[in-house]
Amino acid sequence: MVFQMTPFAFSPENEAKIPAILKRYPEGRQASAILPLFELAQKQCGGWLPPEAIRHVTERLGIPEIQGYEVASFYTMFNQRPIGKYHVQVCGTTPCMLRGSEDIMKACERHLGIRCGETTADGQFTLSEVECLGACTAAPVVQINEDYHENLTEKGVVEVLKAC
Amino acid sequence: MLTPANRIFTNLQGQQDWRMKEAKARGDWDNTKKLLQKGPENIIQEITTSGLRGRGGAGFPTGKKWSFMPKVEEGRPHYLIINADESEPGTCKDRDLLRYEPHKLIEGSLLAGMAVGAHVGYIYIRGEFHRETEILEAAIAEAYKAGYLGKNACKSGVDFDLYVHRGAGAYICGEETALIESLEGRKGMPRLKPPFPANIGLYGCPTIINNVETLAAVPTILRRGGAWFASLGTPGNAGTKIFCLSGHVNTPCVVEEEMGIPLKELIEAHGGGIRGGWKKLQAVIPGGSSVPLIPKDICETVRMDFTSLCDVKSALGTGGVIVMDTSTDIVRAIARLSKFYMIESCGQCTPCREGTGWMWRMLTRLAEGIGTPHDIDQLESVTHAIEGHTICALGEAAAWPIQGLIRHFRGEMEGRL
Repeated sequence: MVFQMTPFAFSPENEAKIPAILKRYPEGRQASAILPLFELAQKQCGGWLPPEAIRHVTERLGIPEIQGYEVASFYTMFNQRPIGKYHVQVCGTTPCMLRGSEDIMKACERHLGIRCGETTADGQFTLSEVECLGACTAAPVVQINEDYHENLTEKGVVEVLKAC
Repeated sequence: MLTPANRIFTNLQGQQDWRMKEAKARGDWDNTKKLLQKGPENIIQEITTSGLRGRGGAGFPTGKKWSFMPKVEEGRPHYLIINADESEPGTCKDRDLLRYEPHKLIEGSLLAGMAVGAHVGYIYIRGEFHRETEILEAAIAEAYKAGYLGKNACKSGVDFDLYVHRGAGAYICGEETALIESLEGRKGMPRLKPPFPANIGLYGCPTIINNVETLAAVPTILRRGGAWFASLGTPGNAGTKIFCLSGHVNTPCVVEEEMGIPLKELIEAHGGGIRGGWKKLQAVIPGGSSVPLIPKDICETVRMDFTSLCDVKSALGTGGVIVMDTSTDIVRAIARLSKFYMIESCGQCTPCREGTGWMWRMLTRLAEGIGTPHDIDQLESVTHAIEGHTICALGEAAAWPIQGLIRHFRGEMEGRL
């Protein structure tokens, strides 16, 4: 079976944002817009970056498709597979670890019934461990989609998950 | 200790609003035109006099860095990049500046841009900082609306545009040349230096890259004078510095203090002391995860500045103070940092790509008591095989914490074998 890509197109709403993004960079340097355009595309696709979106963005910026894959796989915020509606990212680096991030992770695993790296069967939650989120004085920290949840306890993180 | 009158960042805890109205009441944007009219040479001279050293970790003198830029544009535009890709474990000062003091950063960027002949500046902010980006973008919009940015900024005749560019999750992009690669639309892999960015930087043009805290301090230094800033701190370590106290202190915080404050005083006065009292202290990582830890006996007396921490074989780094009490499994704590460097290594240089994984695996085994004293020697030799053999400083950053651990806690490590 030949793998067929469904063409990707930006929504009219996102399309309207693109000229202003491209204008930030000098003439001929549109490749600079790859991170912002990937971000737009990922958001539009429900939290992941499908191959057709990578093709669309790289074609549009006039750069090799392979460079799109290099970028998509290098930066941790791009997901190359579908993920849950809520991406629960537990910071595990030492400043958070000192203040109990391992227990926070266990509490998330228990509450969601999945292991770190997995997605719940209903597609609602994906659980990941991430490296330093840069909010160390508020450790332990968990990022869910775009928001930080700080100074968490095991009970507190469950409350946050329940509120999703 | 820093007196309130000498404090630069008066809204560091977010006591007040970040918006322009309140920022102006705190002294931001006060006759910026007059500062701009001093001209590049005078501004660079004033910053040199102040003794300001870069606050991103390396501590390079800011005035000197600016003076490396070509004095006139020779067919290539100049660029200013503001490094807001704060990701060093233990460090969260730039985040608070971005969300509570954005106007100091914007004003500082304009002044720095003028000093180095740049008409465009990019603020490269780490992608995870969604809310901070929103505030920063709103503050920039305020500045444009007020005529402080853009064409004829502050009616000074200077043109300066400032853009926000978001990263997407990569510690290495805090390294200045990796940041440039990323901003150009590629993987964030550091470049060989020389050529230095002041000669060949963004898009092959002369570029200055400064940390958020460095630039946010600039307007106040220019208003109060370089001599004022230089009068604070200790020789070679001028001014104030923002410290982040994390880990086992009673009240973790981000606080501005005078350079050279004793570590013990910093922890007692601002961190509310060690959890369970000073006697419970085991060790401190004084400058972000990349610097070697110092044990309790050194913490008793050491001062928080570049020179003093260098004398005890550590470093001031970013000023991220990670405190560990006696309940900490110190070998596991450092092993977790090794995992961080393994994950964040960009993979370009073999010693770092392979070595960070080696070090993490060895240290994890040693933490569990598996191995022989010879393994500790071997681990140390691996750290030296990485150090100095990579394009960027991530190799050193991965090696030094382990060297510090072996230097001060070898007995503890051998005890579990």
